[in-house]
Amino acid sequence: MFETLNLAIALPELILILGAIALLMVGVFSNSNVTKMLHISAMALALVVVTIFIIFTQGSEEATAFFGSFYVSDFTKAFKIILLIGTGFAILMAIEFKKRENFTQFELPVLMLLAAAGMMVMVSANDMATLYLGLELQSLSLYVLAAIHRDNVKATEAGLKYFVLGALSSGMLLYGISLIYGFTGSIGYSQIASSIASGNANEIGVIFGIVFILAGLAFKISAAPFHMWTPDVYEGSPTPITAFFASAPKVAAMALLARVSMEAFAPMGDAWQQIIIFLAVASMALGAVAAIAQSDIKRLMAYSSIGNMGFALVGLAAQNEKGIYGLLLYITIYMFMTLGAFACIQAMQKDKVSLTKISDLAGCGKSNPFLAILLTLIMFSMIGIPPLAGFFAKFYAFLAAVDAGLYPLAIIGVVLSVISAYYYLRVIKVMFFDEGEYDHDPMAGELKIVLAASSAVIILFVLFKLAVDDFMLQAAAAMFN
Amino acid sequence: MNNIPHVLSFLIFIPLCVALVISLGTWDKDEAARNNLRYITLLTTVVLCVISVLFLWLPFDKGTTDYQFVENIEWLGGGINYHVGVDGISILFIVLTTALMPFAIWGSAAITDRVKHYMIAFLVLESMMIGVFSSLDLVLFYLFFEGSLIPMFLIIGIWGGKNRVYASYKFFLYTLLGSVLMLVAMMAMYIDAGTTSIPDLAQNHYFGTDMQTWLWIAFFASFAVKMPMWPVHTWLPDAHVQAPTAGSVILAGILLKMGGYGFLRFSLPMFPEASAEFAPIVYGLSIIAIIYTSLVALVQEDIKKLVAYSSVAHMGFVTLGIFTATKQGVEGAIFQMISHGIISGALFLCIGVLYDRMHTREISAYQGLVNRMPTFAIIFMIFTMANVGLPGTSGFVGEFLTLMGAFKANTWVATLATTSVVLSAAYALWLYRRVVFGTIIHDNLTNILDCNKREIAIFVPLIILTILFGVYPAPILDTISASVDGLLTNYQAALSTAQAPVLK
Repeated sequence: MFETLNLAIALPELILILGAIALLMVGVFSNSNVTKMLHISAMALALVVVTIFIIFTQGSEEATAFFGSFYVSDFTKAFKIILLIGTGFAILMAIEFKKRENFTQFELPVLMLLAAAGMMVMVSANDMATLYLGLELQSLSLYVLAAIHRDNVKATEAGLKYFVLGALSSGMLLYGISLIYGFTGSIGYSQIASSIASGNANEIGVIFGIVFILAGLAFKISAAPFHMWTPDVYEGSPTPITAFFASAPKVAAMALLARVSMEAFAPMGDAWQQIIIFLAVASMALGAVAAIAQSDIKRLMAYSSIGNMGFALVGLAAQNEKGIYGLLLYITIYMFMTLGAFACIQAMQKDKVSLTKISDLAGCGKSNPFLAILLTLIMFSMIGIPPLAGFFAKFYAFLAAVDAGLYPLAIIGVVLSVISAYYYLRVIKVMFFDEGEYDHDPMAGELKIVLAASSAVIILFVLFKLAVDDFMLQAAAAMFN
Repeated sequence: MNNIPHVLSFLIFIPLCVALVISLGTWDKDEAARNNLRYITLLTTVVLCVISVLFLWLPFDKGTTDYQFVENIEWLGGGINYHVGVDGISILFIVLTTALMPFAIWGSAAITDRVKHYMIAFLVLESMMIGVFSSLDLVLFYLFFEGSLIPMFLIIGIWGGKNRVYASYKFFLYTLLGSVLMLVAMMAMYIDAGTTSIPDLAQNHYFGTDMQTWLWIAFFASFAVKMPMWPVHTWLPDAHVQAPTAGSVILAGILLKMGGYGFLRFSLPMFPEASAEFAPIVYGLSIIAIIYTSLVALVQEDIKKLVAYSSVAHMGFVTLGIFTATKQGVEGAIFQMISHGIISGALFLCIGVLYDRMHTREISAYQGLVNRMPTFAIIFMIFTMANVGLPGTSGFVGEFLTLMGAFKANTWVATLATTSVVLSAAYALWLYRRVVFGTIIHDNLTNILDCNKREIAIFVPLIILTILFGVYPAPILDTISASVDGLLTNYQAALSTAQAPVLK
């Protein structure tokens, strides 16, 4: 550990934050019309691309900055690149929304950038204070984003609900951190680990702290039983914002959860493994069962994302290198599937009014077969049917669980994935088997790009897995150096 | 004859490529465009059939148990490879697949709705089925095995009958539930052995006795549903009744065989001790399937449902034959699968002929067809007899060999299984009498037309194959013989080293 400031290591975050502030200034001093707003979105997109590029150029050795509180390695690089890709696609989807709604609030892409910066700090946090800092930067941006459509009652309700419950979870997280600080005497991950390992810390006290911290983080990834905000917020927020909620923040929160539990609480592996297994099973079960009764496709996707978080947690529960690899693979593929699905949902509009009922898709297979087939493939991928990417996500997550001897978890998981197939199939059924009038507006170019990227990942992953494997394997290995 | 390099990959990927090309065009403009599409698809499947016979079956070396036409390319990393090849057991299933596909496509003339998607679904399905039978890697096998669910779900759901949604869901969820348990077992095998290569796992790796038991159960869960065995067969009648004709042909002709093929490829060679231990249970289930579903077939009012239940009974023979682990039993099981593929496919095409004219499959809606449709009556007669297992048809050879194997393994099992000869004759002949014989009492049947040239042309090759393999089964038995010998030698060797109790 170098006890220095080491600013160069945090260059991507700094550029992103400074860029976001500059864009804020541009927004404030320009007159508010839609074209200007689109320019700001384009610049935000460019900023994301530049940041991804800078992360790529950084070395792959582990390093810390800000006196040990900020950490980078292949692991953080991989998660940051993926969450930035998700952010970029969300910004793209928001452009369509702005054009359609004549939306003149320039803050939307800026808030997304700030949230992304917060997520990157979360991934790189190496002590509890930095963790909280990143998490709150992210969360506060997301609260505002949820309610940004401020003339819309549902969006306002979503924002308020998200804020109240999010604040509660932050409180629990902070309480957990204070307990850990009290019992171990430090907030740095490695110091906490060595304090627990040396037996100086009161084990019961530390377990209490872990429970509160994991509960707080479970709120952020919307794992059951801390999922209550998810369906309402997903339903109420504008679709591109929902797509954003379901993608990048989940990647960041998963990375954070993995780092906190695998690094700070490594000596207490048995204790937190039980909690993660419980969260995984509860999320998979709730995601599989509760979505069956939904008629709104955004609520359905909310429960689907709860279930998917459960599957990703299976990888973490394995506590080995295969598990981290599975987690990274799962969350990456999940993000692409989810973005593609939301691009299709956002395209469901008639005379520029959004439709969100599943039954609104009826007849789509006949009138717009291209969209219908791609959405069908996304749904099959969500179920985990090979040769689509979703199969490999589940395969590697469960492979890690089997490797760790967690047979019951693997069997429960695959059976629940079969139950969840029921509601994914319903979307396909409505599109292809039901008769209906489908005369929605043509799909906007921005959404086509997102859907094309998502479908390409889903369909071609089977051929090109080997090409991205090194990147993923190095990221997973970095956690165990 | 020169070999084509990568012939298996060609067979797997040509249908996918053609499907991709088709998907780019518009074909639903008018009837002429739809006809072009039908001919393109038909031509593709015929070409695949020719390739598989000329460049796979003919140059196949029948004297060795080794895998041939092997391709092994690194695919997913971690030892999971794109590894394909054929031996005597799998090669005939590939030929069966490519041989049945042209008939399925040709028999789909009645489909006029979304023809483009229909053809794409069938081409993708063909590629998945060929992939299943040529995979030599666990993950690759699972990929094709499960991948075939997607097109079949859509085929039943989009082009099926009135109750198609229920049938397609039931088909999908039933088979998926069985398969995911197999997936967990495959992961456990991968972790235990460090490889997913099927030849390696079968020959060089020994799973502990306890582990074999669990793995066997998990694989059984998948293959028993796919076969289907009693009591997890209930999805099959629903799926058959609702599926379009070509869907039924492929479902009965090939998809069911994946289960039997799986038992031969995985259960026997990889878990020999567990297979020996569970064999009595399989006998029991097979006997129940043979007797019970034959009785159920008797009371059916829907022609397709009757044939579907008879399929379950015939698959009972297959599971029985496989787990006798005798040369006659296993060869009989494979022969039975091939022959059932041809016969049941033909029977479903016969039903399709009736359905295309009358749009009903109720037995009571037909009577006295022989008066108006003499050609059809002959064709239907031949396949009904083959379904019963009349000597001289291919149905007889498989049943006879299986019963002989069963007799060697257990006399009581053989005795009970033989009752099916009577029962199958009962339901099949009664069906034939009710539909074909008698006088025409339904007014709408007075103008029904006999088979047209297209339909006759479809049935003639199937009749030739049925009779040919019935009187001269050597092409099939010679091909499978060496591989079955090798399989059983390894099986017995594994049992004797483990000193497991040998079955009486």
